[in-house]
Amino acid sequence: MKSLLAILAVTTALTAPGLAMARPVTLTTTLNNYGGDGAYLALYVTDATGVYKGTLWMAGRKSKYYSHLSGWERASRGKLSDVNGITGASVGAGRTLKITLDLADALFDAGYKLHIDAAVEDMRDSPSEVVVPLTSAGAGRPVAGRSYIRSFTYDM
Amino acid sequence: MLRWLHKVLALSVLFPLMAIVVSGSVLSVLPAWERAGTISPSAQGVSVAELAGRLANSNAGVEQIKRLPSGKVITFSFGNDGPAANVVDPSSGEPVSSYAPSAFERWMTNLHRSFFLDDGGRMAAGAGALAMLVLTLSGLQMTARRMGGWRHIFARARGDGVQRLHADLGRLAAFGLLLSTVTALYLSLTTFGLIPEGTSPTPAVPTVTSSGPALPAGQIAALRGVDLSELRELTFPNPANPDGLFQLTTASGEGYVDPANGEMLAWQPHSAARQVYEFVYMLHTGQGLWWLGLLLGVSALGVPVLGLSGTVVWWSRKRAHAPIAGNVPAKDADTVILVGSEGGSTWGFARTLHAALTSNGHRVHAAPMDSLLRSYPTARRMFVLTATYGDGTAPATAGAFLKRLDGINAPPPYPVAVLGFGDRQFPQFCQFARDVEAGLARKGWASLLPLEAIDRQSAQEFARWGEALSDVLGEPLVLAHVPERPRTHALTLVERTDYGAEVQAPTCVLRFALPRRGVVARLTGHGWPHFAAGDLMAILPPDCTMPRYYSLASSTRDGFIEICVRKHPGGLCSGLLHGLQPGDSVEAFVKANARFRPARGRKPVILIGAGTGVGPLAGFARSNAARRPIHLYFGGRDPASDFLYEPEIAGWLDDKRLTSLATAFSRVKGGGYVQDRLRDDADRLRALIANGAQVMVCGGRDMAAGVMQTMADVLAPIGLTPVALKAQGRYAEDVY
Repeated sequence: MKSLLAILAVTTALTAPGLAMARPVTLTTTLNNYGGDGAYLALYVTDATGVYKGTLWMAGRKSKYYSHLSGWERASRGKLSDVNGITGASVGAGRTLKITLDLADALFDAGYKLHIDAAVEDMRDSPSEVVVPLTSAGAGRPVAGRSYIRSFTYDM
Repeated sequence: MLRWLHKVLALSVLFPLMAIVVSGSVLSVLPAWERAGTISPSAQGVSVAELAGRLANSNAGVEQIKRLPSGKVITFSFGNDGPAANVVDPSSGEPVSSYAPSAFERWMTNLHRSFFLDDGGRMAAGAGALAMLVLTLSGLQMTARRMGGWRHIFARARGDGVQRLHADLGRLAAFGLLLSTVTALYLSLTTFGLIPEGTSPTPAVPTVTSSGPALPAGQIAALRGVDLSELRELTFPNPANPDGLFQLTTASGEGYVDPANGEMLAWQPHSAARQVYEFVYMLHTGQGLWWLGLLLGVSALGVPVLGLSGTVVWWSRKRAHAPIAGNVPAKDADTVILVGSEGGSTWGFARTLHAALTSNGHRVHAAPMDSLLRSYPTARRMFVLTATYGDGTAPATAGAFLKRLDGINAPPPYPVAVLGFGDRQFPQFCQFARDVEAGLARKGWASLLPLEAIDRQSAQEFARWGEALSDVLGEPLVLAHVPERPRTHALTLVERTDYGAEVQAPTCVLRFALPRRGVVARLTGHGWPHFAAGDLMAILPPDCTMPRYYSLASSTRDGFIEICVRKHPGGLCSGLLHGLQPGDSVEAFVKANARFRPARGRKPVILIGAGTGVGPLAGFARSNAARRPIHLYFGGRDPASDFLYEPEIAGWLDDKRLTSLATAFSRVKGGGYVQDRLRDDADRLRALIANGAQVMVCGGRDMAAGVMQTMADVLAPIGLTPVALKAQGRYAEDVY
């Protein structure tokens, strides 16, 4: 069980720590028992037209494997500065990644989508494993990923 | 220093290293196993476009194709039943089986590279590889030194069974281990970013200029030009990605492919660093080079055996140099005792001297001669106690002494006394001690006492030397040496055959029953050990601490212990043995004599023996189950009286354990010595030796010297000498 409170040293456009315009959001990602080593996960946001807005979290510390998170890498151009300070360990099969961060109110109900790319050594790459619109109504509703993620929930 | 490093490193990393090498050996089999299960495309090859076209048509929802280093082609798809991974036939694109990476392989890999401990474990595994590299190099260096230099690194190893096994196996495995460890270190350093791995971020997605409907995958030009064998990965256009491009990675680079016009976009060749990395990765894992993987795996499997044999060597060495109570470190000692010992009895004298000096208040350091240091900062005097091996060579713990002495330039401020141990019956009595004394004098070392030689472990002579020492030191010193009685077994005589009484050479062949070996005794090393013909059996007469040695004429496999004994007038031990009747027993133990044993292989062996010297030679013939060519030259006095083993030899000639026999008897009309037979057969002997035959001589000193002289004459025409053959391990003598 991983419970992380993201203290963001580097703020992106998406997170606004301490501002009245933001609220704490908890992202909970639970993996299947897919029978492999720890999964690399990239959590990032695009706008309604698919344009990349920023990264929320990167699970997996070795940047040489980030090319397997191909959706994230194409969107962010592989910019390591985007994940600086918001990187944690990879997530083992069957484990849960829980992160809490302050997200700007403006991200919700405005067509933004949260993507999760997943990749596991010697197994398939799964870009856009999860794609969910960020809405107030969608909060607390679990969604399943395509290959590795049993359920993903965001709670406000 | 080198040995110390090798030993300490090996003992401290033995267990983690076992985990690495055993898992590595298991993993090494997998590339070959994978390879065996791989369907190869037809001979003319398949292009990536052809395969992609077939897969696109199959409606299986293929998202990605990967080609594994084994040549296996995997597809990842997402259909109505969710995600699927399949192994496909590269020619047809049809799924052959579903694919899941092996959990076993993953477990082994994680054990091998990180002990399941992530980065900390990876560091430990890297350190393990470094340790293995140092062990391999230090082991090779020690072997080279033992062989007499790197030029002789592949020469025949000497030493007893385990030591030889260790050296032989080490040299066999060295290449594989060097390759494995150097590549492992490289991979480890790339993991921690200390060596660039050459991966660069995926090239930026180009702005797509063409538009229009996608071509069928089979017609995409950029993919038609890539043979399947070059492919690493091909990712199909993802409906969720707005750019809608193929992403291609091959052995040489990566880029995007526009599905509308079939052109390659933003191609980026792999960097040189990445190509180096991939090559090293292949060398280490054998993935894509299965036969190398197997070779490395077999080499790695040698490591547990090396670990075990090395531990045995270390342990027996440690036991042979039984620690001396109260031994002072070299740097603090006022008195240094260096010991050159073959069988261990000289250590007994060293212990007595050590104890006497220590009780007088001296700080005494005792060590093998081979560990002679450049300086002993607080030493006031040094003693060198040494035996001599065979014809004047250094005993086991002193082989490097003279060389080390040569390396010390200035003589020390303290004097040294040399004490030799030997047997006056040998012409080269205490020869090595004399060589050491001469070497020290040449280097200008001061003498504390003139060289003294102790005959046959005489406690009286040793005590007398102690008195002389006492005078020099100006302090009372009593050296009362009580030799330890070696651990023996009671052997029961089962059979005796007498020869030679008529020619004044009473000789008997004594056969003893093999003592029962309990499991506990065997495991603790206290049982009767395995032995081979040519090893020595030591007989310990009652009330006697000095054993007499006889060459064994049988091996463990024969199921009995046999020796040949000639009765010497007044001989204590030979008299005792000649008096034995079946049912009687004697106290005895075995001493390995690896220097007198036929080399392995099928090369011919020439055995030359006279009198009881035929004993071990008969043992070699008896155990020649492989029927290698063995030629026996035997010398006696009268065929009617002392033709030892006559009936057995006839049998061995019949069943080809012996190829030929030549005899010489000195007391019959027209008789002669074995040397005469050798001269008669000179042509044949030259031919045999030119073909790699080895010579083994056993007998009395005079006979051996005569044979050596004759062989020198015989070999001269082909430019060889017995000395040269000796250096190659092809001329062995067992002389008494």
